[in-house]
Amino acid sequence: MIKLEHVDKAYRDHHALDDVTVTFDEHKTTVILGPSGAGKSTLLRSLNLLERPQSGTLTIDDLTVDYGANLTNKEILAVRRKMAMVFQSWNLFPHLTILQNITEGPIHVLKQDPVKAKQRAHELLQKVGLDNTADRFPGQLSGGQQQRISICRALAMDPAYILFDEPTSALDPELEAQVLRVLQQLANDGDSLIVVTHNMEFARRVADKIVFVEDGQVDFTGTADDFFNHPTPRIKEFLAAMEF
Amino acid sequence: MWDIIKSSTPEILWAGIKYTIPIAIISFAIGLVLAVITALIRISRPQGKSKPLWGGVRAVFSFYVWLFRSTPLLVQLFIVFFGLPNVGIQFDAWTAGIITFSLNTGAYASETIRGALLSIPESQWDAAYSIGMTYRQALFRIVFPQALRVALPPLSNSFIGLVKDTSLASSITIVEMFMVSQQIASNNYQPLLMYSIVAAIYALFCTILSILQHYLEKWTSRYVDALGE
Repeated sequence: MIKLEHVDKAYRDHHALDDVTVTFDEHKTTVILGPSGAGKSTLLRSLNLLERPQSGTLTIDDLTVDYGANLTNKEILAVRRKMAMVFQSWNLFPHLTILQNITEGPIHVLKQDPVKAKQRAHELLQKVGLDNTADRFPGQLSGGQQQRISICRALAMDPAYILFDEPTSALDPELEAQVLRVLQQLANDGDSLIVVTHNMEFARRVADKIVFVEDGQVDFTGTADDFFNHPTPRIKEFLAAMEF
Repeated sequence: MWDIIKSSTPEILWAGIKYTIPIAIISFAIGLVLAVITALIRISRPQGKSKPLWGGVRAVFSFYVWLFRSTPLLVQLFIVFFGLPNVGIQFDAWTAGIITFSLNTGAYASETIRGALLSIPESQWDAAYSIGMTYRQALFRIVFPQALRVALPPLSNSFIGLVKDTSLASSITIVEMFMVSQQIASNNYQPLLMYSIVAAIYALFCTILSILQHYLEKWTSRYVDALGE
């Protein structure tokens, strides 16, 4: 389980996270929702220390770090090796082939045997229907294909948790569906997913838990059923604004 | 005339192989290392206790870049070879040449590398860190190969410039190509011919380097070129 306690993060005069306390369960899909600029991505990026809050604690299973302390490289790497991330603009490494993108972490970070790493990469590519792209470069693929590759890159690290930062925001509806199907498959397989998204249908169908963030604060945590079928007045307003 | 060309060209060419090329290659190699270190220090933004100390180090390297970009190479050569002995620091001509050319190249190339590194989106660092890479892994495996593609044309320019600038080494008594051609011209009274020969040899060296640059650019840009396939 991941636990954030009393986390604060401010950018000059803007409070991105304000005394946030929230948990994310293992083998569950947690979806983080909220209006734009609410602090969802900051919250997600604080989990793998791409953002460094000024105070609060992060506990991942048996590992606890104090955001306010001067963290050592060892502590930062220990946190990052427990999770992998899929970005909004996929952020594949453009100078590496698809296969190299997926095996880069396993070979050079996890020190896996290159033959085994490549074998696993091909398995993952098959799983997302893109094994024929192994020797191509990211720029030669569509956005949807690149996002599925970036999911493979994350899975190849065998992380305890996978973080998704608006994984379909930059895709057109057809490509979005391809990516969401992969996410749903991962959720069905029991992977631990933490997903920031604006896609309400995905949240409704896949989320085990929903965290609603607004103005840097967690306003709601609960099941998708509670969120969509028994909303608070503010959530009702938010859901209404998301519809035509 | 052909007899003069045939007799003097090998001598000038040999000086090029013995001095011009080694000075250029060694100085460029040292200059590149210096440039990478300088660029990395100048783009670093450390936090916490080491911030004031790091600020001081950055100021020293910024001063170095300013100094060597703001003064002529010939003056730098004279200061190192003829000036420093006044304060008890003495180098032979070869060492003084290598030191000066390296420092000069390092200052210019550091700006090229700094610009190239800053041109790589922050998201590439994020992606590298997200799969557990250390700073060094992210830098050398992800960011640097991409920055190299950006930096290669201006760095090649710097190297070609350096090959030609080595002719200034003659002013501190290094018997490189240009000095050999001067010596021959003073004996046979054929300055036009001698300086034309040395110009042709410089042009030959630089043409070979331009061809190498072309292939290196193709290699570092292969992932971009693949987009058109």
